[in-house]
Amino acid sequence: MEIRLNAVGHRYEAVEVLSDITLTIPAHKITCIIGPSGCGKSTLLRFMGGLEKPSSGDVLQLGTAPEGSLNALTYIFQDFALLPWRTVEDNISLVLEDHRLPTEKTKAIIENVLARTKLSDFAKALPKQLSGGMKQRVAIARALAVNPAVLLMDEPLSALDSQTRDLLMEDLVSLWTRTPFTAVYVTHNLQEAVRLGHQIVVLSRRPGQIHQVVTIDTPLDQRIASNPDLQNKHDHLWQLMRDEARAADAELLHA
Amino acid sequence: MPDTSHAQRSSEQPVPFRGGGFKPQTRRGIGLLVFVLLLGLAELGTRQGGISALTLPKPSDVIQTLIEFYKSGQLTLNLLPSLSRLAIGAALGASLGIGVGLLIGLFSFVRAGLVPLIAAIFPIPKIALLPLFVIWFGIDEGSKYALIAFGTFTPTVVATYGAVDNVDRTLIRMGQSFGLTWFSIVRKIVLPGAMPGILSGLRISLAIAIILLVAAEMLGAEYGIGAYILQAGSLYDLDRLFAGVVILSVLGVLVSSAVGRVEKRVLSWRV
Repeated sequence: MEIRLNAVGHRYEAVEVLSDITLTIPAHKITCIIGPSGCGKSTLLRFMGGLEKPSSGDVLQLGTAPEGSLNALTYIFQDFALLPWRTVEDNISLVLEDHRLPTEKTKAIIENVLARTKLSDFAKALPKQLSGGMKQRVAIARALAVNPAVLLMDEPLSALDSQTRDLLMEDLVSLWTRTPFTAVYVTHNLQEAVRLGHQIVVLSRRPGQIHQVVTIDTPLDQRIASNPDLQNKHDHLWQLMRDEARAADAELLHA
Repeated sequence: MPDTSHAQRSSEQPVPFRGGGFKPQTRRGIGLLVFVLLLGLAELGTRQGGISALTLPKPSDVIQTLIEFYKSGQLTLNLLPSLSRLAIGAALGASLGIGVGLLIGLFSFVRAGLVPLIAAIFPIPKIALLPLFVIWFGIDEGSKYALIAFGTFTPTVVATYGAVDNVDRTLIRMGQSFGLTWFSIVRKIVLPGAMPGILSGLRISLAIAIILLVAAEMLGAEYGIGAYILQAGSLYDLDRLFAGVVILSVLGVLVSSAVGRVEKRVLSWRV
């Protein structure tokens, strides 16, 4: 399934947040959206999942969700959004309960996604007992449980320390390599974008517009830091972002 | 700079500790000690004659009265009706209060309509309405249930809708993003998320229920702790008066610790 944005614009009262965004999210690829803080990238992601409506333009989904997908457009949130009163397995069963699957099926799904995220030993743990990285893995397991057509990730690693971030990026890469999924990955972190993105959309500062779309063809599992191509892409993206980030920073100060 | 380093070494001393404090810690037995000390002081004062029998009864006499009260079967006779009034009235008021509080928290229309009304009836001293309740619900148990229920209702409503307002919006957003039904979101996210606030509200409303129990029993009750205290008071029988007050205190402590136990069980997920 693909997602297409047609001339999407948005304003909160007098403030124009996004302007004229036209973009296609290709299937089975990871699209990263980067931009300075306040450029509306998270808002854009909320449009794609139907949690918010743009003031102008259309958000379209092309094609139908694959067979067996319980929730085609599925989010992974920055702050994990786990229910603190439910154990790891119950947090996952939460999103399955409304679909009235047979008990064995539910159990099988939970076991499968816990195994894929290496959490099988923590099925009975409460969120308060888990580290930040594990919490986000639970959230990823929960998202995988509904067999999504498109994963919408809103700065999923921003609340984690840099070591945990690297480990989870490796996990995401290996998940994608095994079964390529469609994903939109919003981040302000260039390293994450260069490591995970097949297509990187650079947004300008407010009102957010598409500054440039950069594609990286190097396969995800071959993206090592010493690769000069990647370094070039990284430097290019940084050039694009630097002036925007500086201007955005100054704007906030004057606001 | 050999000079300065030498000077520093000669005045070497540990960095003064300035942290610590400002953190409540458990100190076992202190609460009991305060009780015992105060009672001991009262006992000593009344025995020595420093405190006259009209000012304060002898604590040992009060205990004696309590024992007799229990042995004569009067305690059960008075306590059972009080407990059932408290249970029925508080259960009615709290469950209605939680229900209305949830409706206010979930529906803007209900909120707009009922919040001013609740604000208007909250400060009314419910005891003042007792004569009215007697006309509406009869002089028997009905008016007593109504008074206790009405008194617990308003604080429960306010605590409940406050708790619903405080449920983490990102969790609700998460529920919506996974396509959970409205009813599922309310039952599995809003209600458990509001539980801490509802329970701490319940602590307050149950204490109010005990206060109102006594008030209700002061009007036309044959048996009950409130009736017993009223009778003792009008006869100026301080021993019995204090015995009744002790029973109420114990009741309050028991209710509060029961809520505490429920909190511990239901809210074990809290960090």
